[in-house]
Amino acid sequence: MTARERADRRTGLLFVAPALLALASLTVYPGLWVLWLSLQQRIPIFGISRFVGFQHFAFLAGDARFWNAARVTLVFTGVSVALELALGLAVALALQRQRSGRRLALSLLLLAWALPSVVTAKLFEWLYHPSAGLVNVILGGHAFNWLGDPRLALAGLIAADVWRTMPFVALLCYARLLTIAPEVYEAARVDGAGRVATLAWITLPLLRSILLVALLFRTLDALRAFDLMFVLTGGGPAGTTETLTVYAYRSLFQTLQLGFGAAIGCVIFALVMLVAWGYLRALRGEGATA
Amino acid sequence: MRRGPRVGDVVVLLLLAAWAVPYFWQVRTSFTPDSELLATKHVVPQNPTLIHYRAVAEKSVMPRALGNSLGVASLTTLLALLLGVPAAYAIARLPLPGKGLLLLIVIASTAFPQIATVSPLYLLLRTLGLRDTWTALVLANTSFALPLLVWLLAGFIREIPLELEEAAFLDGAGRPAVLRLVVLPLIAPGVVSAALLTFLAAWNEFLFAYTFTATEASRTVPVALALFPGVFEIPWGDIAAASILASLPPVIIVIALQRWLVHGLVAGALKD
Repeated sequence: MTARERADRRTGLLFVAPALLALASLTVYPGLWVLWLSLQQRIPIFGISRFVGFQHFAFLAGDARFWNAARVTLVFTGVSVALELALGLAVALALQRQRSGRRLALSLLLLAWALPSVVTAKLFEWLYHPSAGLVNVILGGHAFNWLGDPRLALAGLIAADVWRTMPFVALLCYARLLTIAPEVYEAARVDGAGRVATLAWITLPLLRSILLVALLFRTLDALRAFDLMFVLTGGGPAGTTETLTVYAYRSLFQTLQLGFGAAIGCVIFALVMLVAWGYLRALRGEGATA
Repeated sequence: MRRGPRVGDVVVLLLLAAWAVPYFWQVRTSFTPDSELLATKHVVPQNPTLIHYRAVAEKSVMPRALGNSLGVASLTTLLALLLGVPAAYAIARLPLPGKGLLLLIVIASTAFPQIATVSPLYLLLRTLGLRDTWTALVLANTSFALPLLVWLLAGFIREIPLELEEAAFLDGAGRPAVLRLVVLPLIAPGVVSAALLTFLAAWNEFLFAYTFTATEASRTVPVALALFPGVFEIPWGDIAAASILASLPPVIIVIALQRWLVHGLVAGALKD
């Protein structure tokens, strides 16, 4: 090892140490602590703090509210992500043909994505107002109670989420489309490929990897989503929009059962890690065959 | 080739404008007097008013919250850059023991759900006596912004040709000097992108801010907006004005700083 290599080693440690320390104490440590917390009965206002093992998880297994929240989370994630990917892809393809006004187009597109989700919640709360909301006005003066009707609330919530996050998918796909060399399309044209054939055999296969990335990012974010439902519907009406995150939050900070809330947090944690792991496995399998 | 806008271009712009209507509608609402709000007859308010903005400025906690958000988001960005730039350089360029594991931790921690870490963080910050302070929010926000920032910057640093750094070494410069004088100027656009994304994430963050704050001493804009008081009726106009104010930085970033925003967003996803 030369003197410079030794010096580089020292400098490297010095350079990562502060960031690593911050990450270890503010993310990794809480990430481990929550596992420990989930094995305890912690109700600070009654001064209760004792070890209960897997009791919370055993309770969750038979808890109807938990299974409802799990179902809402999965429906929300599945439907939102599917719509976001489909719409985002369509918008990206439309933008690809755009010759003028691209900057304006991107501004209009990214606006919804850049807003705080609490603002989005407030926007849609007003749009969904039963008598004065723009949605009902456009629908011809119906008095649908979008956020108050158990049959409509989840759809209303999903629409707001799709509005907010479709632009992200569109932007990623659009950026990938820009990297496709014009010669590729030229060659396809020379070979007599029509529009549909070009889309099916050239554009979509080239978008495959970025769509997978978008799918992963969006699925993880949808599983972890909290702000929008917490502010827009608060999980109501009758629990029809209560996701696991909202159930966890209410247990943690409204009924102040820290251990029980942590257990739900751990379930979300496990779900997210499972999705990320499954995705990486699938990707590796694909890399081997490609 | 024909110049000027084509029909297709205009159609796409109109469709995207339609997508943004929920926001434009809130802009409209913020200028509409209460008397016109609950009976929507005209697209443009007949008697536009600034009364809602005046109410928000004079009678709500919004001005204070805007100050808090600006402070917290700026300090978060600063701290994340201070910690993240050297770390990104070390990961991209220097020999580190257990680098693979390190990268795995960085990537895995971007997937940590905030709802899982929020309760231990709450207990931690309470123990440190940091509840309801800017410090608590800056630390918590930095923790979730840092992995993405390091990841982005390491990618930008890897794109710099090694020869440029080698030349500086031959001139006798050490690593810190190379980072400051050679690398930083070259990745400046990337740093701006990463800083914008961090600022935006901190400005928009809700869960930590809602949990760790208790009074207007530290409540940020999203919290103030979520808790916007309505005594007997919901003050839709005031809420609209408050949400427009809350959305000013994101709107400015999307319109005026779009190039850097897109640069950062795309770099994070296209590189793997």
